[in-house]
Amino acid sequence: MKTMKQALLGATSALVLFTAAPNLAKADELTLCWAAWDPANALVELSKDFTGQSGTTMKFEFVPWPNFADRILNELNSGGKLCDLLIGDSQWLGGSAENGYYVKLNDFFDKEGIKMSDFADAAVNAYATWPKGTPNYWALPAMGDANAWFYRKDWFAKPEIQAEFKQKYGRDLAAPATWDELKQVAEFFNGREIDGKKVYGAAIFTERASEGITMGATGALYPYGFKYENTPGKYDMEGAVNSPDAVAGLEAYKALYKCCTPPGYTDAYMGESLDAFKSGQVAMAMNWFAFFPGLYKDEKVGGDKIGFFVNPKEKVAASTLGGQGISVVANTDNMEGALAYIKWFAQPDVQKKWWSLGGYAVHKAVLTDPSFPESQPFAADFLVAMNQVQDFWQEPSYAILLQAMQKRLHDYVVADKGTAKEALDGLVADWTEVFKDDGKL
Amino acid sequence: MPKFRKETQVTSVTDTSSSLLGKAANATPAPIASRIRGISDRSMAWLFITPAIVLLLAINIFPLIWAIYLSFTNFRANRPNAPIEGVGLSNYSRVLNDPNIWQAMQTTAHFVFWTILLQTLIGFSLAYLIDRKFRGHAFWTTVILVPMMLSPAVVGNFWRFLYQPQIGLFNYIVSFITGVPPSSFEMLGSVQLSPWAIIIVDTWMWTPYVMLICLAGLRSIPDYIYEAAEVDRASLWRQFWSITLPMALPFIMLAVLFRGIENFKMFDMVTLLTGGGPGSTTEVASITLKREAFESWRTGRASAFAIILFVAVFGLANIYVKALNKVKQR
Amino acid sequence: MSSVNTAHSVVEPSRTSKRIAATIVIAYAVITMIPLVWIVLTSFKSPPDSISYPPKIVFQPTLEGYCNLFTTRTRQTSEYITSLGAPTSTCDEITRSRNMVIAGPSNYWPRFQNSLVIAFGSTFLAVSLGTLAAYGFSRFKVPLAEDLLFFILSTRMMPPIAVAIPIYLMYRELGLSDTALGMILLYTAVNVSLAVWLLKGFIDEIPREYEEAAMIDGYTRMQAFFKVVLPQATTGIAATAIFCLIFAWNEYAFAVLLTSGAAQTAPPFIPTIIGEGGQDWPAVAAGTTIFVVPILVFTILLRKQLLRGITFGAVRK
Repeated sequence: MKTMKQALLGATSALVLFTAAPNLAKADELTLCWAAWDPANALVELSKDFTGQSGTTMKFEFVPWPNFADRILNELNSGGKLCDLLIGDSQWLGGSAENGYYVKLNDFFDKEGIKMSDFADAAVNAYATWPKGTPNYWALPAMGDANAWFYRKDWFAKPEIQAEFKQKYGRDLAAPATWDELKQVAEFFNGREIDGKKVYGAAIFTERASEGITMGATGALYPYGFKYENTPGKYDMEGAVNSPDAVAGLEAYKALYKCCTPPGYTDAYMGESLDAFKSGQVAMAMNWFAFFPGLYKDEKVGGDKIGFFVNPKEKVAASTLGGQGISVVANTDNMEGALAYIKWFAQPDVQKKWWSLGGYAVHKAVLTDPSFPESQPFAADFLVAMNQVQDFWQEPSYAILLQAMQKRLHDYVVADKGTAKEALDGLVADWTEVFKDDGKL
Repeated sequence: MPKFRKETQVTSVTDTSSSLLGKAANATPAPIASRIRGISDRSMAWLFITPAIVLLLAINIFPLIWAIYLSFTNFRANRPNAPIEGVGLSNYSRVLNDPNIWQAMQTTAHFVFWTILLQTLIGFSLAYLIDRKFRGHAFWTTVILVPMMLSPAVVGNFWRFLYQPQIGLFNYIVSFITGVPPSSFEMLGSVQLSPWAIIIVDTWMWTPYVMLICLAGLRSIPDYIYEAAEVDRASLWRQFWSITLPMALPFIMLAVLFRGIENFKMFDMVTLLTGGGPGSTTEVASITLKREAFESWRTGRASAFAIILFVAVFGLANIYVKALNKVKQR
Repeated sequence: MSSVNTAHSVVEPSRTSKRIAATIVIAYAVITMIPLVWIVLTSFKSPPDSISYPPKIVFQPTLEGYCNLFTTRTRQTSEYITSLGAPTSTCDEITRSRNMVIAGPSNYWPRFQNSLVIAFGSTFLAVSLGTLAAYGFSRFKVPLAEDLLFFILSTRMMPPIAVAIPIYLMYRELGLSDTALGMILLYTAVNVSLAVWLLKGFIDEIPREYEEAAMIDGYTRMQAFFKVVLPQATTGIAATAIFCLIFAWNEYAFAVLLTSGAAQTAPPFIPTIIGEGGQDWPAVAAGTTIFVVPILVFTILLRKQLLRGITFGAVRK
């Protein structure tokens, strides 16, 4: 086995050498990898300043969300040299730190005087550290994000609709504050004819392949009282993941899916949610804060036609965490340039411009500015949401854990298999097996 | 195209090589070559064959052996620093005891069965009709062949658009014909319809393939047999059942073999249409394997599953080829 | 087509049966073309037209889909856009009418170039190696020939995902991940099986007396191969090459698993073309149209050899 491998290594290494030469990245060029979405375009705009100052050409590799984790983790695992800089999901930190895919930034931060205390604490913990709760930094918090909602303010404001709603539910029609209210509002709008078009209640995440339905359903699970563990760090999931509260939360999510989503939204994630809202099909939609600047600018449904609200609470107030930190890929050929980019990006002025262009800076210079809550109609909501975020497992095995949850949830919510209790019981079993394999149970 | 009628023949997979051996033995060019050049035919033969074999060994066989080795370990490709430990047969037993994997195999079997059935029925009927040799049949045959030459990924992706309940052409056409409102059914999102959504695209794409092979079969039937039947005043119905179908059968079976192998491997079209959803309704074996190997990165277990799949295809194909040869000998 | 009527003498189908057959076949052909026609139509629609309900059959054609395919755009305020001066191209003009500016080229063209390099490179290699091996199998007594040939064919039966697992690991060790060379070698290996089978069939049909005569005239075996056999096999080699090319051109599973950017080909890229929300269908349609045109041309060129190619030479005409 071993000798065969060596022989093959020898035989092909000549070929590799011969092709490797043209692959060497130019010293004054950096490739930054991220997801393809609105903030990425804002980052292209922002990075023009960096190019102007340093002369470094920026190249970008943006991958659509449904393929993002798949492709970039594949790239990291295969030891590729595609990305010098990577804005990767918070859940990847564990694996990437343990496998040495990311450069540890502590020394660099110390040398350049970049202080993590300048960034929002929740963001640092979520986007930069591994193991959690220790001052070991593998990324600079780049983009704060959480799942939230937006609605058709103009529809909500119609007097006849307001009157009818009040008559039916005995309260004023407004952005819902609880999941029960959310369901009522969605039901109220669903199937209604507005401006000569049949509309639906809400667009929610149901995507199967990557993370969509998990990110959507946790928006209901967390507020209803779902917990990953009874005691943090003990992996004792029985009675937490499948608690009666969690079951109620999952049932609420399915009820919302069944009653009030537009036809064909069986495999919907960010793009579909935006499409549904922009085409005037839905009264409300969930999506990440990242899209809100673009939505607010939209000529058809933006401006005074759109309103925003934080994920509704039920038993507790909670939002699903999104957002990413920016890391240096250990395999880069341009370490100096990559670090220079991070240094540049961490400056308060750049962070302020980042926010003004549509990126969610989490530098305290931005967030604690007294004018911040008023700077955008969703800025205050963003601060609220970021204070109540919960995140999925960040374990090195997160992908297996996520896949199991995707399957269980999609089977129950979309494919109508079994009950909520059975789905969550099954999830506990799946997860237990994973942690046993990892030697954690 | 009609000119080929009498020249068409079917030779099966194992058949060709044995007839090759026979031919080589008969022609015996060896003495001439060695007399002239001194270099033996044996080394000459290897000179020609070696490059291809080396490549296949490096890219196909070596990795296969590696995969077999990995299937007995707990190796995970995304944990390069973790020690690799042998786990014996536990990967195999876990794969074979995993209900999800059996579910995926069943989904694959359903998919293979229905696509082959539909493609064979439609493909053979089309071939039969084209063999009526109406004016312009060559042109229309070429038109029909187009879908199978296209990339299943790129074109399959576009079907997702055609299947959109509100804006998709497919739903609209169905609605136009049946009167059912287009947004009332979800081809890709419903548990009942999503397998058929995939079967429809696969049938659209690959019926021409079956048709082409069946056409060759029909054209291989010598005219004199029909002429004899005509003399015997056999009805068209009888001619079809006693001449056309039996004589075209080896070709049909060949088409079924190739389609079966291809659809057993099916990955791209399903990935792009449904990604295995809703839930796991359309999760065929290749998708399960991809998730295990390239998302969960449980490489050892995925390798075990891959080996099981490979043995299954290989075994079934072998059995089938034997059956095919038997039919041909009749 | 004049030969059509003479093919059968006694068993010539009746006029009516021909007419019925023609109607059904043409109907099928038309239905089968609808999705393809729809792709081309969609590529000339504006994004709003492409998602209108009911689907629009008559619409104002625009090049927006093609513009979006080749560019990336960012949304800007109208004040900013008016400050830019006159648009420099049609695409610029179209983009600005949507309150966006062109930020730069998209990755479609580099991906398309990768497709060209990898498809042609692997085809060239596969056909070269395949021709040599096919000649070897056709003209010499090869020990275990039957097993070797079946082995060569069986490599094609493995599910690509199963093959990709060890290849992925091997390429990682060798630094071949996401390189054109890695993809060329892999596609060559997959295509060699097809090439050997097809070409052996073609070379079997060339009488060996030709080479023997040449060798008696003083040619070496190699000279005979290059000067006598190769010219005779040109048609077969060309047909084989096109089949290899089509496989490499259309392949998705290996490409999506083993490449991420530098060597990614068009098939894994096209489904990921998105606009501001979900998929930008006119751009996807434009990308698909450009991508399938070469294959349509090849299909027409190949129609006589098609059967042989798709059955590994098991059916010959």
